[in-house]
Formats: sequence, C-alpha cells, structure tokens
Amino acid sequence: MVCEMETDQIEEMDVEVLSSMWPEDVGSQADNQFNVEKPVGDSDTLKEVDIAEKRTMADLKRLPELMNTTDQGSSQLTNLVRQWEYMQDHAVRLLREELKILTRQREEAEAKELKIIEEHNFETEEPENVPVLDETSHLFRRFRQKKRDELVDSKRVVIDEEFDTVAYWKQKALSLEKMLEASTERERRLIEKLNESLKTMESHSAPVEELTQNLNRAEGFLHFILQNAPIVMGHQDKDLRYLFIYNKFPSLREQDILGKTDVEIFHGGGVKESEDFKREVLEMGKASKREITFETELFGSKTFLIYVEPVYNKAREKIGINYMGMEVTDQVRKREKMAKLREDNAVRKAMESELTKTIHITEETMRAKQMLATMSHEIRSPLSGVVGMAEILSTTKLDKEQRQLLNVMISSGDLVLQLINDILDLSKVESGVMKLEATKFRPREVVKHVLQTAAASLKKDLTLEGNIADEVPILVVGDVLRIRQILTNLISNAIKFTHQGKVGIKLKVVSEPSFATDKEQNETSVWICCDVYDTGIGIPENALPCLFKKYMQASADHARKYGGTGLGLAICKQLVELMGGQLTVTSQVNSGSTFTFVLPYKVATSDDHSDDQDEFSDMVDHHQPEPDDTTEGHFQFKPLLGSIYSNGGPVISSNSFLPHKAMLTTTPLKLNNGFVATPSNNTGQSETVQVENGGYMDESRQNCPESGNQYVNGNGRCSSKESESCSSSQASSEGGGVLEMESELTVSSLREEEKTETELKETSKQPKILLVEDNKINIMVAKSMMKQLGYTMDIANNGVEAINAVKDTSYDLVLMDVCMPVMDGLKATRLIRSYEESGNWEAAIEAGVDIKTSENDQAFVRSTDRLPIVAMTANTLAESSEECYVNGMDSFISKPVTLQKLKECLQQYLQ
Amino acid sequence: MELVQMQKSLQDYTKSLFLEGVLDSQFLQLQQLQDESNPDFVSQVVTLFFQDSDRILNDLSLSLDQQVVDFKKVDPHVHQLKGSSSSIGAQRVKNACVVFRTFCEQQNVEGCHRCLQQVKQEYYLVKNRLETLFKLEQQIVASGGVIPAMELGF
Repeated sequence: MVCEMETDQIEEMDVEVLSSMWPEDVGSQADNQFNVEKPVGDSDTLKEVDIAEKRTMADLKRLPELMNTTDQGSSQLTNLVRQWEYMQDHAVRLLREELKILTRQREEAEAKELKIIEEHNFETEEPENVPVLDETSHLFRRFRQKKRDELVDSKRVVIDEEFDTVAYWKQKALSLEKMLEASTERERRLIEKLNESLKTMESHSAPVEELTQNLNRAEGFLHFILQNAPIVMGHQDKDLRYLFIYNKFPSLREQDILGKTDVEIFHGGGVKESEDFKREVLEMGKASKREITFETELFGSKTFLIYVEPVYNKAREKIGINYMGMEVTDQVRKREKMAKLREDNAVRKAMESELTKTIHITEETMRAKQMLATMSHEIRSPLSGVVGMAEILSTTKLDKEQRQLLNVMISSGDLVLQLINDILDLSKVESGVMKLEATKFRPREVVKHVLQTAAASLKKDLTLEGNIADEVPILVVGDVLRIRQILTNLISNAIKFTHQGKVGIKLKVVSEPSFATDKEQNETSVWICCDVYDTGIGIPENALPCLFKKYMQASADHARKYGGTGLGLAICKQLVELMGGQLTVTSQVNSGSTFTFVLPYKVATSDDHSDDQDEFSDMVDHHQPEPDDTTEGHFQFKPLLGSIYSNGGPVISSNSFLPHKAMLTTTPLKLNNGFVATPSNNTGQSETVQVENGGYMDESRQNCPESGNQYVNGNGRCSSKESESCSSSQASSEGGGVLEMESELTVSSLREEEKTETELKETSKQPKILLVEDNKINIMVAKSMMKQLGYTMDIANNGVEAINAVKDTSYDLVLMDVCMPVMDGLKATRLIRSYEESGNWEAAIEAGVDIKTSENDQAFVRSTDRLPIVAMTANTLAESSEECYVNGMDSFISKPVTLQKLKECLQQYLQ
Repeated sequence: MELVQMQKSLQDYTKSLFLEGVLDSQFLQLQQLQDESNPDFVSQVVTLFFQDSDRILNDLSLSLDQQVVDFKKVDPHVHQLKGSSSSIGAQRVKNACVVFRTFCEQQNVEGCHRCLQQVKQEYYLVKNRLETLFKLEQQIVASGGVIPAMELGF
C-alpha cells in the first residue's frame, strides 16, 4: 500500500522543492503547491504517520523491502495498519448508525402500513419488496411475517363484504384503490430512500481512500514545512548507496543519485570526508554529528552539519544509515569570524601584556642605569676633588715615602675617575642621551693626530703608523669627537698589549656592508673601514666573544697584569653601533690583533671645503697647521727613544748594559725613587732611574736633549720624563709585582711635565683667556686658580660684556658661565658663533647688544677662527651639556671649578 | 708647646667641619690657592662670601614676604647663593639651595619659606664655624706659628 502511494508522489517530486539551500532556481514552483489544509484526523495520528512520509526520491524496489525489514519500517507499517483498522472501525460504526436509522424508519413505515391495513382490513396486491438487508434486519423479517398474517386476515374481511350491494362495493373498491395508490406511493418512496442509504453506505465503506487523503494532507504539511528548510535527508544502504533522498540538489536526476554513493555523485573537497564519516557511524553503530565543508563543482563551498544514524533491521543487523544535513555555511563563517576575532583579541592582549612587561623591564633598566649614572656622577665630583687635591699636594715638598704614597693615591684615583667616566659614557649611549654630531673633518688628520697623541705618551719601543688609502675622501662628515674617542681607545688598548713591533691604523673605503640598515643612504655617503692593528700578545679565541662585554677582559690574569676598567672596548662598540657601524676583531695569540670598524660617513661637498677648514683645524690641530695633512696618507711615529734607536745605530750594547745592571743589583730601589719636583734636580734624578733600570736607558739619557728638541716643542726636559716613565715600565714588566710603580712614576712625571710647560708658557706669549661669570666669589676663586696655573684672564660679568670683550680682543679661550643675568652664556655663545659665521655682529645688535662701533675696523679685520668656548655649568646632567653643545660651546666644566678641571680644560684648548 | 696644641686643635677643628659636611673639598681648593703671594686669600674669599650672602638672604627675605611672590626674582638669588656657596665649599648651604630652587620651580611659597629658614640656618652655621676657624688661625699666626697644611688623609 505504501509503495503505491509513493509511486504517485515520486513524479511530482522530481521537479519540486527548491530549498533555499540550493542556489539555482530549477523547476517551477507551481507544481509544488501543496494542500496546506490542516488534516482532519487526530494530530497524534499525523505525527505517527509522518515518518513514513519522509521521502522524495526512492528506490521503489528496495525501499519497501527496507520498510519491511527494518524496525522502523515495521513499526511504521504497524502504525499504518493500526490507523487503517481505526478507520475501518470508524466506518463500521457509522454504517451501523445509519442502519439503525433506516431500520427505525422502516419500522415506522411498516407500522403505518399495518395500521392502514388493519384499519381498512383489506387485502392488497402490493408488489413484493425486494429487501436489501433481509439478512441483516430481523425486524424486517418479522414485519413481513406479520404482514402476511395480516393479509390473510384482510382477505377474509373482503370476502365477507362480497355479499353486499353493488354500489356499496363499488364505492368500497374505489376508496380501497385510493388507499392502495397511496400505499404504493409510500412504498416507492421508501425504496428510494433505501437506495439512497445504500449509496451513502457504499461511500463510507472505502477506508483506503480516506487514509490516502489523510496521508496526502500530512505529506503536504511536511512539504510545506520542509520545502524551504535548508535540510537534506536521505537514506543510504550499508554500501552507502542512496535509496532515498529529500531536498537533493535540484539539477540532479533520480538516476544521478539513487543507487550511487556520495563519492560517485559529487567531486571535490569534503565528499570523501563525509563518506568516511558515514562509514564510521555505520561501523560504530552510534548516531553522531559532524560539520563538513564541501568544496564541489556542483554547489561551490558549503558547510553542512551532518547527522548520521545507523539503521537496523529486525534482526538487529545494520543495513544502512539515515542522514540529515543542514547547511550552516553562514553560521560557520560567522563562528569562524568570531573565533578569529577572539583569537586576534587574545593575541593582541598577549602582545599588550608582553609589551607592558617589556616596557616595565626597560623602565626598570633605565632607572637602574640612571641610578648608576647619577651615582657615578655624584662620586665623580668629590673624587675629582680628592685627586685634584692630591695632585696639588704632590707639588709641595714631600719626603720620598710620602710621595710614593701620594703617587699611589693619585694613580688609583685616576683609575676610578676613568672608570666612572666610562660608566657615564656607557650609560649615555645606552639611555640614548648621547647625541651624535655631524661635523666635517679630515680623516687623515684625525688619524695623524690620534697617532701623534699616542706617540707623545708612548713608553715602549713601538712604531705607530697610519695608512690611509687614496680613495678615502679628504673631507667627510661624522661625529669626529666620537670617532677620535674610538680610535684613541683602540690605539691605547693596542699599545697596552703590545710590547714590541708596531701599532697602526689603516683606513680604506669599502662597499656598503650587509649589516647596513639605512638603505636610503644616498650616493654621497661612503663606508670607511678602519683597522687598528698591533703585533701584541693577541687574544685567545675563547676570549673573543666576551671581549666587548662590559667589565670583561680577556682573562682575569690580563686584568691583573694590565689593569684598566674593562669598559673601553664596550664603549667603542656601543659608539660604533650608535653611528650605524660595526666593530669586529680578529686576533692570533702572540702575533697580534686587529680591531676593525666600518662606519658610514657623508662625503662633504667640495664647495663646503673652504668654509670648514677653520672649523676642522680648530677641532684637531689648530696650532700646528701642516699643509700636507690634507693629502698625506702615510704617517709613522716612533716613540722618542725609539726614534733615537732607529736613527742612531746599535740598539743596546751589552757592554754599556752590564755595569748598570751590576749597579742595579747593588742599589736599593728606595734610594732611586727619591726624585724631587724641582727642575734643577731633574737631570740627576732621571739619571738614577736609568741607572736603576739598566743600560737600556743609557743611550736615551745621552740623546735626551736632542730628541727632546726634535719632538717635544723644544721642551728639553720632557723627553727625560718620557725616558723615565719608559724605564719604569720596563722595570715593571721585567720584575713583575711592581706594577703600581709604573703608574706612580708616570703620573708624577706628567705632573712635572705640566709644571715645566706652565713655567715655559709664563715666559712665552700669554694666551688670552676670558672668564664670563657674574658671581664675584666664583670669579675670585677662578682667578686665583688661573694664577696658580700661571695664567691671567679678563673678566666679563655677563653675556653682553662678553660679546663686547670678544669683539675687542682676540681671545684664545672663553670660559662662559651658563646662567647669568642680562644675557646668559648660551645666548652669548650663539651670538659669538653667529659673528664667526657671518663676520658681523648684526645678530648681536638685533638681540639688543650695544656694540660699540669705535673699534669696528679691528673687529672685522679679526680672523674668524673658531673661538673655543667652554661652558661652566652648575649641573652636568646630559640635557644641560647637550644644550651647551647645541648652542655652539665646545665643551663644559661642571661647577664648582677645581684646579684639576681647569687644568685639563686649558691643556685641551691651549696647546 | 701651646702653639703646637693650637695647631693641633685647628687641624682637629677643620677636620670636624669636613666630617660634619659643613665644608667640602672645594674649601681645600681655596686653601691650596692661598700662598705667599696671597696669604689671606681664603679669608678674603670667605669674607666676600659673607657680605654677598648677607645681602642675598636679606633680599630673599624681602622677596618672599611680598604679597605676591615674584619667583623670577627669587630664583636668581638662590642660584647666586648656590654658586657662591658651592665655590667656597659651603656644602650644606649649597645643598639647601638646591632644594630651595626646586621649590622655586614649583612656585611653592610655603616650601620656599621653609627653605629660606634652612638656608639661613646652614649659612649661620658655616659662618660661625669659619669665623671660629679664622680666629684660631689668627691666634696661631699671632703666636708666631705657621698654619698647618690640611691633611688630606681624613
């Protein structure tokens, strides 16, 4: 029965139901008009029925079979049967009621007829009624029996009447006829009614039709609900071949689907997965859900939530699966979007917290560094006081033991000062406070100057050489101060660890290295590679990695032997990297090391050339202009005594050596250390030292005055200091354990050197110094210090006075207080620099300075050399010194001014 | 014998000034600048300091007592005093001035008043001590003695 109904449906289904799930509008909606009238029957019944109604396309041979063999199928059939039986019962009940009504009518009619017959007591020849329900109606039979009996009676009555008059009979006959007619008429009506009833009964007696109608309604209802639902339903057998599908893709025909598997029907992503999933469910025997994204040619990318349940037959064997798929593409997309957002959020949050952490750490680090810098600075001021005092003390009359102690004190103090300066430099670089300046300079002259400086204090027999390739530009732009700092640091480092041979600087132009980050550098920039090489003790390979680390030296042993802060290389590296370059090292133990740094420079354009000549020479070598410097690419410096050796034949004669050695062994060391500050004793003192250290010094003593004249600005005594320090260093390296002696002697000899220099300067032309300071006490103190150092100076009380003073007099150095009334030091410096650039005082006049014009001519004739201006500032914080530099000052000394600071400053600017 | 004692007490006294932080190494600088050609240098400078500071403190008191305090006037005074005290090594005055200037920056009248009191207190302390020091020195000189050079070893 079910099958039959399916047959009717299938044809319709082929073209029907375009669910929103499927994109194309295939087929016409007109065919799909369902009867949406609410089914009359019990709603429970409807629900039970709808399971059987789920179908659109079915394998008609297999599906009934399925229905008969599976539990669900049989329960559905049972339901149907029950339903049918119910309908049957219902029909029977209706029929019975109808019959009851009819019977009652008949009874009434019979009763009437009987009454009539009784009334008239006459026999009728009425035609035999053909009872239709004679088997069923007992009443009717009884009635007929009764009638027959009555008829007999009435016949007898009629016979009785035959013996009357004719007229009477006629009349009698006539009325009887009328009655008969009426009776016949009633009879006929009854028959009609009976037939009608029969017909109604017939119509009620077709339960199948009724059932079919109900089913149609149910199905219509289901279609109504499902036709737009994005749901595919189907049944597949245990080979996963489709037996039934609802809401299939519209363009597929029956033969495309039925009897085929997913894989056979569809192609593309997800098909295999869905098939596997179905198979899995089939094997596991458990209903389950899964989301599968299909990527097929047929309908593109769609995600379905697929529900699959296994189907069992009555013997509990699996015979296939039911599946239901719902399209959830949009939901999935939304969900994924949400997930992605959430993920992004989480990532962002994580990053945020990471960032906060980093910031926190950085802040902490910065604070710690700032703390270190502050502490260092705080330590530096009093320490420089201590060292300064000690130095002053060393110029007084002391016995030799005191002097020795004092020398130890000074050298230790110097070391601590150096360490603190290094720490401050480092923290400046690391905290980003250190700003680089772009100034034009000549690399050749810088190299030359660095080597010259190194040679001047050289205590060993080393050759210092400079080699600059021809292609290195004459003039480049960079932070010359920092570059010099690096070079000086590397050179002094090289000298420290080299006992014989040479130390040198090599400059050459290289192509842009790979580490260069600043790609936008234009063609005017040039990369210069600088090698600082030596023939020293070298660095073992395992020490190379920590070489540039702070406070690290190649080994603890070296640290003990050579001293130093261990910060020099770290600073060099930081500075080089700050300038965008790279510092590397190669080394071989016992044969030397080479430190190489590559830095970018801008090439100064040639039209700037003349303009900055002054600036440069001022910075590097103001007082010794040598025309060759600009192009000269090779330099060689030898230490004073070294040059003597190279010029003067045999190095050491063993003959001259021996006697002194004998002397050394017999002479107690202490005796020889008692040198005194007075120049008159100097010669004798240096002699004793030489004697102490053996013949190595012998020749240097002899050659001393001569070499001094050659190399140290005509200061003959200086060379003897050099040899003296050299001899002591020699002693220390030979004897070991007297390392301290080295620095002691060096320092003390330096002091003397300075003093003699000072004395010399007093006799020679006095440099002109201007102090710009408003505080009377400060002026008094500074003036007194200058006096002690052998200088006099002019005083200006504020910036305006300073400008007027500078205008009138050609000064060699200006010490400028920053904070002053009327006009502060920064502004005054700016105005002076403006004058140097423009050659006139217009900017100053504009600023309201009353320039006295009387000496105008002289002012303009004045050379426009850059005047060294040193700031005197109360606080040495980075920004303040920055401010000094920005405003054109050359350097600064922090207040309060001490002898030491003043001396250093004068040394730097009054060569 | 008395002279030696006086010299000893002068040394001890000077030492105590450093230990208390009334003076710092800058004062030693002054002492180093004093020599035969300028035998009274330290007392000259210090006397100048006293004159200058008395005036500044007076000006400061007046400025701070104004109805409306003009910090642009106050700050240079404090700066001046700071520079002077720093130059002669009057460390505690200098430190008080540093604090004073921060209050000037904040335009904190009450803080400035407190600082002025502090500065005054420190100034009178150092003035008192230095005057005592000079008196001791004068006594030694009057007794025909030599003022001992400062020991650097404390």
